[in-house]
Amino acid sequence: MSALFSPFISKPDTVSRIMLRVLLALLPGIALYVWHFGPAILVSIALASLTALGTEALMLKLRNRPVMHFIGDNSALLTGWLLALSIPPLAPWWLVVVGTAFAIAIAKHLYGGLGNNPFNPAMIGYAVLIISFPAQMTHWLTPHGLGPIELGFLEQLKYIFLGALPPNVTLDAVTMATPLDTLKTRLHLDESVGQIFEMPIYGRLAGQGSEMVSLGFLLGGLYLLAARIITWHIPAAFLGTLFTAAGIFHLADPTHYAAPLFHWFSGAAMLGAFFILTDPVTGPTTNKGKLIFAAGAGLLTYLIRAFGSFPDGMAFATLLMNICVPLIVLYTQPPVFGKKEKRP
Amino acid sequence: MRTLYQFNGGIHPPENKEPSTQSGIARAPLPSKLVIPFRQHAGAAAKPMVRAGDRVLKGQLIGMPDGFISSAVHASTSGTIAAIGAQPIAHPSGLPDLCATLIPDGREEWITHAAPSTSLRTGFDYRNSDPAELRQQLRMSGVVGLGGAVFPGDIKLRPGNRKIDTLILNGAECEPYITCDDMLMRERATEIVQGAAMLRFMLEAGEVLIGIEDNKPQAIAAMRQAVTESGLPFEVVVVPTIYPGGSAKQLIRVLTGLEVPSGKLPTDIGVQCFNVATAYSAYRALAHGEPVLSRIITITGNVRRAQNFEVLLGTPVRDLAALGEALPDTDRYLMGGPMMGLPLASTDIPLVKASNCIIAASDKLFPPAPPALPCIRCMRCAEVCPADLQPMDLFWFSQSKEFDKAQRFSLFDCIECGACSYVCPSHIPLVQYFQFAKSEIRAREQDQQAADHARERHEFREYRFEREKQEKAEKLAAREQAAKQAPAPSANPADAMQQKIQAAIARAREQAAASQPKNTENLTAQQRAEIAEIEARRAHIHELAKSAGEHKKE
Amino acid sequence: MLSALLVMAGIAIVLGGVLGFSAVKFRVEGNPLADKIDAILPQTQCGQCGYPGCRPYAEAIAAGEADINRCPPGGEEGIHKLADLLGVEFKPFGGGTVLKPKSVAFIDENLCIGCTLCFQACPVDAIAGAAKQMHTIIASECTGCELCVAPCPVDCISMKPIGENIANWKWKYPVYTLAQAK
Repeated sequence: MSALFSPFISKPDTVSRIMLRVLLALLPGIALYVWHFGPAILVSIALASLTALGTEALMLKLRNRPVMHFIGDNSALLTGWLLALSIPPLAPWWLVVVGTAFAIAIAKHLYGGLGNNPFNPAMIGYAVLIISFPAQMTHWLTPHGLGPIELGFLEQLKYIFLGALPPNVTLDAVTMATPLDTLKTRLHLDESVGQIFEMPIYGRLAGQGSEMVSLGFLLGGLYLLAARIITWHIPAAFLGTLFTAAGIFHLADPTHYAAPLFHWFSGAAMLGAFFILTDPVTGPTTNKGKLIFAAGAGLLTYLIRAFGSFPDGMAFATLLMNICVPLIVLYTQPPVFGKKEKRP
Repeated sequence: MRTLYQFNGGIHPPENKEPSTQSGIARAPLPSKLVIPFRQHAGAAAKPMVRAGDRVLKGQLIGMPDGFISSAVHASTSGTIAAIGAQPIAHPSGLPDLCATLIPDGREEWITHAAPSTSLRTGFDYRNSDPAELRQQLRMSGVVGLGGAVFPGDIKLRPGNRKIDTLILNGAECEPYITCDDMLMRERATEIVQGAAMLRFMLEAGEVLIGIEDNKPQAIAAMRQAVTESGLPFEVVVVPTIYPGGSAKQLIRVLTGLEVPSGKLPTDIGVQCFNVATAYSAYRALAHGEPVLSRIITITGNVRRAQNFEVLLGTPVRDLAALGEALPDTDRYLMGGPMMGLPLASTDIPLVKASNCIIAASDKLFPPAPPALPCIRCMRCAEVCPADLQPMDLFWFSQSKEFDKAQRFSLFDCIECGACSYVCPSHIPLVQYFQFAKSEIRAREQDQQAADHARERHEFREYRFEREKQEKAEKLAAREQAAKQAPAPSANPADAMQQKIQAAIARAREQAAASQPKNTENLTAQQRAEIAEIEARRAHIHELAKSAGEHKKE
Repeated sequence: MLSALLVMAGIAIVLGGVLGFSAVKFRVEGNPLADKIDAILPQTQCGQCGYPGCRPYAEAIAAGEADINRCPPGGEEGIHKLADLLGVEFKPFGGGTVLKPKSVAFIDENLCIGCTLCFQACPVDAIAGAAKQMHTIIASECTGCELCVAPCPVDCISMKPIGENIANWKWKYPVYTLAQAK
C-alpha cells in the first residue's frame, strides 16, 4: 500500500522504537538495583511485563482494536517497568499484578488507550497500591551487607509467590523502611538529621545502595537527553525546584531538613525526573508549560516529603500536576509565526 | 557579510539532488499531443478563445484572462485544436478540468508580433515604459509564480500602499529531489538577473536579494557572476539548507529578519518575493515578447536518466517519464517533491506551469509508512514546525472536527510543508487533517456568506413588496377618487392570470408563425432540415403548453 | 436574631434592586434568540418547514412552537447546531424527509414564455427577466429552494444538482490506515 498523501518520505522513527529506547535507558538503573539489592527486582519486572502485555492485549481485544498492531508499541511494557521499579521488589506477586493491571486497564484503556490517558498510568497504579496495601508497600529489601540475614534468589522467589520465608527468619530481618521513610519517622522522634544520617543505611548522599540506583537512572536520563527523546525542560525544572526548596529549608534549619542532594538521590526523584514526568502523553506540550509542570511537581514532591504523611511524594506530585496540564498548556501557547512581537 | 536570521523548526531530509544535476537542461522533443488546461494559475480559469478545429500558432492566446486574478494561456506550439473539454489534470481531487487538446503540426510556427491581433509586444525598453503596460504584457504572457503557487505575476507587481524596500528572488529550492531552479540559475543566470531588474523597476523596489541555499555552489557562482557582469547592485545571499527554507515567509525571515504578519502579505512589510524562474519568464515576456510556453522540469527518482528538461506546457507526464527512462518497477508518479508533491492518477496528466518536478516512485524509493498509531504528544511536530504551531493540538481539533478551536489555534497559519508528518513517530497524516479542516472551514464560511446574502436579498424583497403594496394602495385611492366608474375587476385573480398567460402563449405563437428569420436565403439542405426539425420541436412545445394551460383551466 | 433577619432582608432588597435596574438598563430589543436561530438557518427561504421563510421559522422555534428538525436544506448539521444552541436533544428528520443535493434552478429557455410567475415566486430575486421576455436564473443568487418550479405553466424549470468540481471540491477526512494493519 503506497502513501496517498504527501509527504512521501519520513524519518524512520516509530513510537515503538522510542519506547524501546526508554526501556533501554532504564537498564543502568536496573543493573545497579540488582547489584545492590539482589535479583528480586527482575522478578517484579518480569511479572509486570507479562501482566502489562496481557492486560493490554485483553483491553485491545475488548475495544475491538488491532491487537498485534498496538501491542508492538512497547508503551504497556514501559508502564509495567516503571511501576515495578516504584514498588518494593519483595512485594507479593499479586501486588505487582493488581497494580499493573489497574494501570493498564483503568488508567490507560478506559480513558481511550495510548495517547488519551490524562494521568500517568504507572503512577495511578502506584497510588492505588499505596492506598490499598500500605503495609506491603513498606517492605523494602535491605541492601547487600547491611541486614543480619540475606535471602537467596530461590528464597526470594518463594516469598514472592508463596509468601513463605525460611524458618526462623522474620520479614523485618530482611526488609527495612526506605531512607526517606526512616528519616521521616526518626525526625518525629526528635532526632536530628545529622544523628539519623549516622545510621548504616545511609551512604554518601542518600540511602546506601538506593543512591547508586538513582545514579543509574540519572545516567539513563542523560542518554534520553542525548538521544533527543526528552528535552531538558522537565528534568531541569523538576530537579532545580526540588533542589531549591530543599536547599532553602536545609539552610534555614539543617537539623530538621535534609540536604538537597539527599532529596535528589532518594526515592523516585531521578526516576521521576527523567522517566515519569517526561511521559509525553500526560505532560504538557509546550516548553514553557513543561517548566511550570515540572517545577510544580518538584515543589509538591518536596512538600509531601517534608510535611506530608507519605514518605515519597513523586507519584502524588505527578498525578496532581497531570490534572493541571490542560490549563498549563492553554496558557503557555507559544507565539505563532507572524503573530508575535518583533524578534531580533 | 549580511546578517542572516533563523526561523524555528525545519528539517533536513535527504536531498537526493545530485542525480538530476549531472547533465544540463535538455529540450524535450515535441510531443504528439498537448493537453493545455485553462486553469494553470491561481484565481479564475482563463476563458477559451479557440474552438475545436481551429489552427493555432505557437504563442497564440487560447485562453483569455477572466477576472482580476487570472492569467493568459497560450498554445505551446503550432497545430490544430482537436478538442476543448474536461480532461484529467494534476489536482488532489482527481477531478477533470477544462483543457484544450492541441495536436502539433511539427512546424513550431510562431505568431507574428507585429500583427495587431496578438496583444503581445516585443522588445520592451522597460526603463522607458509605463509599469502598468509592462504588467499588462506579463498578464497577457501568462507570467505566474513558477515556484508552485502560480499566483499571477502582474497582481504581485501592482503598487500597494507601502513602498517595497526589498525584492527577494527565491532560489532556495529547499525541497528534496527538485533541481529545476538550480539548473536554471546555473545556465540562464544572466536572463534571471535581467528579469529581476525588470521586476524591481515595476515594484520600484530598493535592494534586491537573491537567496540561494548553500547546497547549490554552482548556481551561487553563476548568479554571482551574472550580477557582477550586469553591474546591478543585487546581492546573492547564501542561506543555510533547511526545509522549508524556500517557503516565501521563511525565506523572508531568514534574509530580512522580518515576519510576514499572520494573514498579511509580504508587501505589507515592504517585501516582495519571486521565484527565480518567474524572473526568467518575466524577462522572456518583456524582452522577447515570449509568453510562458514551457518550463524547466526535473525528472528524477526511480529513473535511469535523471535530468532537467525544458518541456512545453501541456506535455503529458508520460512523455517526460519516457525521457527519463523510468525503471520498470515504477508504479506511480509524483508531481512536485516528496514533501509536498501530489501523486498523479495517470500519466496522461499534462505538465503545467506549477509542475517543477516529476518523481518516478516505487515502494523501494518511498517505502510505505507504517500504519498510524495514536498521537502520543511527543512534540516532535511542534519542534519542527516552521510556523511555530502546535500540530498535535491542531490534529486533535481537526480529527474531532472542532473547527472553531482549530482556527483559534492558528490553523490557517499552517503552510502545509509536511515537516510535522515527516517527523511524526506515529506516522499520522497530519497535513491531510489540516487540509481537510481548512477546506471544511472555508466551505462553511462560504455557505455562511451565501446564507447572509440570501437573507439580505430576501429581506429586501419583502421590503419592496411592502413598498409596492403601499404605493399601489395610494394609486388605487387616487384613481378611485378620480373616476368612480372603474370597471369591476375579474372576480378571481388567478383566473385573470391564467387568461393573461393564455393570451401570451397565443401571441408568442402568432409571432413565431409570422416572423421570418432574416438570413434564410441560400440555405443548404442540411440547414433546412435542421430548421424544420427545430420548428417541429417548437410546435410540439406549444402544443404541450396549450394542453397544460387547458388542463390547469379545468 | 433580629439583626440577622435585617441583614438578610437588606441583602435581598439591594440585590433585588440591582436585578431590577439591570433588567431595565440592559434590556435587549427584539428577540436575540430568534436572531441566533435565524443565523443558523440556511436562508434558502424554501418554506419546506411549513413557515413562509427562514425568519418566521426561526421565530417559531424561539417561541417554542416549532421543532428543530424541519429544515431539510440545513441538513443534520443544522439540526445539531440548533440543538446545541437551544440546549435540547438532537432530533432526526421525520419520515419522508428527503435530503436533496445542493441544486440550482435552471430555465429551459426554449420553453419559457415569459410569464413572470417564477420570479414572483423567487424569495431572493434570483430570476432575471420581464413580462413576455425570456427569464433566466442568476445561478450565483439561487438558493435552490424550488419555489419557482411549481408555478411555471410550461414546466420549463428544472433543478440541476451542483456536482463536485475543482472550485467547490473539499479535502476528505483522512483515512487512518489502522484498518489495514488488521
